[in-house]
Amino acid sequence: MAAVATCGGDAGSVGSAVATASKSNVTSFQRRGPRASGTNDSSPRLVSITGTRPSVRNGQLLVSTGLPALDQLLGGGLAVGTVLLIEEDKYNIYSSLLFKYFLAEGIVSGHTLLVASANEDPANILQELPAPLLDDNCKKEFDEDVYNHKTPESNIKMKIAWRYQLLPKMEQIRPVSSSRFGHYYDTSKRIPQELIEASKWHGFFLPEKISSTLKVEPCSLTYGYIKLLQFIQNIIYEEGFDGSNPQKKQKNILRIGIQNLGSPLWGDDICCTENGDSSHSLTKFLYVLRGLLRTSLSACIITMPTHLIQNKAVIAHVTNLSDIVVGLESFIGSERETNPLYKDYHGLIHIRQIPRLNNLVCDESDVKDLALTACKAKNILSHHVQRKFSIKEPHFKELHTLKKIY
Amino acid sequence: MFPELNNLLNTTPDKAEQGTLTLLCDSKTDGSFLVHHFLSFYLKANCKVCFVALIQSFSHYNIVGQKLGVNLTMARERGQLVFLEGLKSAVDVFFRAQEKPHPLQFLREANAGNLKPLFEFVREALKPVDSGEAGWTYPVLLVDDLSVLLSLGLGAVAVLDFIHYCRVTVCWELKGNIVVLVHDSGDVEDEENDILLNGLSHQSHLILRAEGLATGFCRDVHGQLRILWRRPSQSTSQRDQSLTYQYKIQDRSVSFFAKGMSPAVL
Repeated sequence: MAAVATCGGDAGSVGSAVATASKSNVTSFQRRGPRASGTNDSSPRLVSITGTRPSVRNGQLLVSTGLPALDQLLGGGLAVGTVLLIEEDKYNIYSSLLFKYFLAEGIVSGHTLLVASANEDPANILQELPAPLLDDNCKKEFDEDVYNHKTPESNIKMKIAWRYQLLPKMEQIRPVSSSRFGHYYDTSKRIPQELIEASKWHGFFLPEKISSTLKVEPCSLTYGYIKLLQFIQNIIYEEGFDGSNPQKKQKNILRIGIQNLGSPLWGDDICCTENGDSSHSLTKFLYVLRGLLRTSLSACIITMPTHLIQNKAVIAHVTNLSDIVVGLESFIGSERETNPLYKDYHGLIHIRQIPRLNNLVCDESDVKDLALTACKAKNILSHHVQRKFSIKEPHFKELHTLKKIY
Repeated sequence: MFPELNNLLNTTPDKAEQGTLTLLCDSKTDGSFLVHHFLSFYLKANCKVCFVALIQSFSHYNIVGQKLGVNLTMARERGQLVFLEGLKSAVDVFFRAQEKPHPLQFLREANAGNLKPLFEFVREALKPVDSGEAGWTYPVLLVDDLSVLLSLGLGAVAVLDFIHYCRVTVCWELKGNIVVLVHDSGDVEDEENDILLNGLSHQSHLILRAEGLATGFCRDVHGQLRILWRRPSQSTSQRDQSLTYQYKIQDRSVSFFAKGMSPAVL
């Protein structure tokens, strides 16, 4: 790592956002060098963005996917600048849940959100996000912020009821970003309205955007994809996620969520016919999107109904053009629902691809059989029943012994 | 570069063959470690390298290159390395209309385009500069990877034409080498990819095929490498030599061993 550290100190990486001093300043994305170094800080300022942490393996900046178990399987989290592709399960139940976890994590961490959908209004999607489970540690951080922002008059110590001094005056959840990495959520409750209102988000709802006239020359991308790419590029440029606006004091991450990409609602016929007109629209979109992500502080989640894609070669192309690919399979309606082997679980998770970013090796987990459950669990501390979504490694003893022999 | 792979291929940076086309192929696994090997190999051999990197960013190759002992930033600054970053250029091409043809012009075209602008770029990059500066030994073209071009709408014939033009210029005129990576889709029926792979296999002098193990995932053996030496110009009276090894990728190198002789098993 020493060699990397010395080479990382050149002008191009000044101002890049890695937290610790021991790791080098190189990350997987490129900043526009001359402008970034033209900021008023002469020494490399080591900024720490909330809700991110550097990877243990190579100092890559990671964000949480919203599910700590999934973060662990992916080697710590989702790297900034990469695409997480979720192959939807048949009825789009668990993939939309994962999508919402990703967005909820963004709100709790204080990141900016960009939600794109062709079938649901982004405002409605945000209303349905799960509520975060803020345990005592988190609450204490919020309380400290509340305490610090109080006016001097209210700092009068309470003489009689001194035990209540540390509690906030009002029962409220401050919309301040929590500095933890990865939170747990309760899907039976909705996210508090104050958190949504305090967060910054941009919505792209395709039926609204499609009414304007076609101004761009045809380049074999469906119209919906072109508009979405322009929208994303606009946001990245205007809000300075690509380092182009040096006035930004506080760096932040842009979390992009695209729902049901490739479905006919986007104007793409890849799920309808085998060799349609726009057969390369989706792959070109993914390529340009990844180009945008690599040069900015953003991370993207895409859910795609790959079980509907007729031409299987396209799935192989899409997999090669994405960074992380996770496939979800639910047992609903299949014969596995009644299989006693799977009686505690609701589906399977297949980690199809993990990238080797800035490295020859990648963090592949040893366990290849992963099952997911969306279950009711009693939380002993707070005494109410929550719905949790968790990934478990099922103890299939026979399967494990089979794997040892190769 | 990986010294063990050099031993297997019987080459060193000093006495590498010229005028060859090397095909890297991966099936059910990630063969990008071979690209990193050849990039550092040819940079150490003091060649002028034109790297068309379509799938990852510059800093990715730079960081891995530093682990293997080459500095891509410095090589680019002194003119030894010409780097086309596909991802970054695609954003430029897509959002802004270009005055002169950009190497990735086909992204803007509605119909299946051709790779003529990309070939012009390569030819311009590897043109011998006779200004008497530090002479590079011979030019090398490295492409990672060609399957991306297929998934972006180009036909297999267009890509084969591009490789043919590059071979004429780089291998025959300038006596340089070409190294390309193609993904093998395996059991997925991808006609265009098969055409491309078969066409390139017949033209290559050396084929390196990284495959996943047939028995599935293993922590100690990451895959199998098949090496095939060919002489495309000569008649087939001489048998092509083929070797198979298994490998394990580590942080800074790759270790090779004979099939079944992994240190974890012995």
